[in-house]
Amino acid sequence: MIAQLLVWSVLVAQILLAVAMACAVFRVLRGPRAQDRVLGVDTLYVNATMLLLTFGIRTASTLYFEAALIIALLGFVTTAALAKFLMRGEVIE
Amino acid sequence: MTHLAELPDWAALLTALLLLIGSGLTLIGSLGLLRFRTFYQRIHAPTLGTTLGIGSILLASMLAFSVLELRLVLHEVLIAVFMVVTTPITLMLLARAALYRDRSEGNDEVPPTTSG
Repeated sequence: MIAQLLVWSVLVAQILLAVAMACAVFRVLRGPRAQDRVLGVDTLYVNATMLLLTFGIRTASTLYFEAALIIALLGFVTTAALAKFLMRGEVIE
Repeated sequence: MTHLAELPDWAALLTALLLLIGSGLTLIGSLGLLRFRTFYQRIHAPTLGTTLGIGSILLASMLAFSVLELRLVLHEVLIAVFMVVTTPITLMLLARAALYRDRSEGNDEVPPTTSG
């Protein structure tokens, strides 16, 4: 009974995170200016990290953890590089 | 899906609660990303997900794996430390870039530069 509750709540959490990712995608596509799009991409990366962690809990495999770590890392590098580009017009000076 | 049934009741209940809290907070933050008007309001919203949202999901993961494997599984702390360190850096860089762009274009809703 309680285990069934856990299975359902993992499913609900995944749906909520997917809706959150859809909101971020909407902001990326719609965002009036470039900085709004970058903010949307950053949010998208964080939400993807969380979605992978919930997949890991669901399947009880630690394989998803490494993928989540790599996605978090890539998200940081992407946002930092894009913010640098918006500031200077160059990523590497 | 079957190994989740091996969790004892208290751990399953706590994991479910933490998961729902984390994903709900993340959804609220992303909805704020949609609903706020200006960029400077919008940049506050997703931090709800990057602090308490990912924190409680990582706690749920740590709890579930620690109880399942009968040892302390703490490698999720890596992601937590990483998020705590990087989120302020990226958002500060982004806000400064947006401020620079808005000021150089002479937009109105930007706070003025404090001189002296």
